[in-house]
Amino acid sequence: MGYKLSDYVRLFLALLLIVIVMGPITLMFATSFKADEQQILVDFGSWRAFWVNPFDISLENYRQVLSNEQQPLLRYLLNSTIITVFVVGIGIFVNSAVAFSLSRLSFKGRGAILMIFVSLIIIPMEALAVPLLLMVNRVGWIDSYQVQIVPFIAHPFSIFLFYQFFTKLPKDLDDAAYVEGATPWRVYWDLALPLSLPVVATVAILQSLEIWNSYLWPLMATRGPEFRPVSLGLAQFFGTPPPIWGDVMAFSVMMSLPVLFVYLAFQRWFIQSAVNAAVKG
Amino acid sequence: MSRRSADMKWAAILMGPGVILTILFIIVPFVLSIYLSFTNQRLVPNLNIPTSFVGFLNYERALTRGDFWNALANTGLFVMIIVPIQGAIALSVAMLVNSKLPVRNLFRGIYFVPTVMTMVVVSVIWAAMFRIDGFFNQALDLLTFGALGPVDWLNEKSTALGSLILLSAWQGFPFQMVIYLAGLQAINPELYEAAKVEGSSRWQTFRHVTFPSLRNTHVFVVIATTILGFKLFTQVQLLTQGGPRGSTETLVMLIYEHGFQKGKIGFASALSVLFFLTVLIISIVQRFVLKNDEA
Repeated sequence: MGYKLSDYVRLFLALLLIVIVMGPITLMFATSFKADEQQILVDFGSWRAFWVNPFDISLENYRQVLSNEQQPLLRYLLNSTIITVFVVGIGIFVNSAVAFSLSRLSFKGRGAILMIFVSLIIIPMEALAVPLLLMVNRVGWIDSYQVQIVPFIAHPFSIFLFYQFFTKLPKDLDDAAYVEGATPWRVYWDLALPLSLPVVATVAILQSLEIWNSYLWPLMATRGPEFRPVSLGLAQFFGTPPPIWGDVMAFSVMMSLPVLFVYLAFQRWFIQSAVNAAVKG
Repeated sequence: MSRRSADMKWAAILMGPGVILTILFIIVPFVLSIYLSFTNQRLVPNLNIPTSFVGFLNYERALTRGDFWNALANTGLFVMIIVPIQGAIALSVAMLVNSKLPVRNLFRGIYFVPTVMTMVVVSVIWAAMFRIDGFFNQALDLLTFGALGPVDWLNEKSTALGSLILLSAWQGFPFQMVIYLAGLQAINPELYEAAKVEGSSRWQTFRHVTFPSLRNTHVFVVIATTILGFKLFTQVQLLTQGGPRGSTETLVMLIYEHGFQKGKIGFASALSVLFFLTVLIISIVQRFVLKNDEA
């Protein structure tokens, strides 16, 4: 089968798009390896912004960023990891248990509770930030891990995704278990939750990205490097004029690498998650 | 014990944690925001000014001063530009990776990368490219043979919002792309066969088969992008702080400034309620309009 002109046009467009998508990311990597700040500024105005001479590669920026005590990069990364792992880890159990009850158990008010959860999806976190700030301020949670973890565990959209999955499971499945004398807890723990692994993956990826990227809330609820997530660390580093671009980009690379590695390892799951969120939403 | 009452007990145990957390951190703050919006509550209590009810004063202030309307207009403009642009890009790219293209899964995987990049990192990188001696000005200089001088993209009223739209679309389009891709793959191949038999041109096939078949996908993409657009904050806070002269001030930025920086919880709560109502009304209207198109 021969290639037509349109095939080449498509390939050209696809490659052009690679340049557009990878250009800014290449600039970040290239700049992070340049030790000479003056040269960086000169390079920014030409194609050399996206290129580093392999013989000139320097890790000086990384050394500086890792030894900066005002903006402790590793501490920030640790904070973000702790917060994300706890929110997502606890969230999976809490949210799936709610969804399991709403879909597989029969009790009074079930429909009403489901309705409430579904309608809560529409409330953006940004609209709750101010009263939440007043609340956590009163109980002394400002500048802590829990202020960034506890309020975000319950997640109506995750509950909804789990609910959609659980309602589709055949009824015979739990009936058989109940006949054998299993409790609803056992059915949830031994049957429903293990079966819902694809939803667990979707929820884990979507919520991780949300938490890892959160900015407004940590900006309001944290004070110093001790509990701040890495996104805020970079923002502060960048916002202290004048920005030292080599260091800022090394910092950016360091905070992007964990996410990029996870993405490379679970690429199919990431893309599937986006689709699941859309199809079910 | 009957099955039903046993279920009740287990439901209470299993749902307990989730329900309590939802009440404490979603429902209570939501109700509180409405309550606080009628008070002059401050973040740090001022002993000389005890907190009291002020009726609709906060709303009156918000709706009669220009700030709120300016922020609403900016956010609305941002949404009205980014939704069609990002949607069109996402659909085009989805069609590209859905066509017979060598290593298309590799292309798809690379195109998705911007979406997993954190917005703070994206903002920092684009700030470097928007510099007065940066990439965009060099490109402009080259393309116009020096006719158009360097532009201070993020600090000029005419270009600041556009610059934010550009970097936001770059970061956001891949999410919509994979959703369109799923939509494209769900279209019945027989429809394309029929179009082929009828001798439809490529454009006709797109116009009469592809585009209408994606109706549900369009609904989701438009609503999701709109809501995301209304939450615009991180890029603005980092790159323009709402300036120059308020031209990139957004609703969430306003909430942040009044609630956190100035500590005016009461006034910021009124803004939060107005923000929520805006998002709510727009999603209802969109859903209504887009769903009605089906008829």
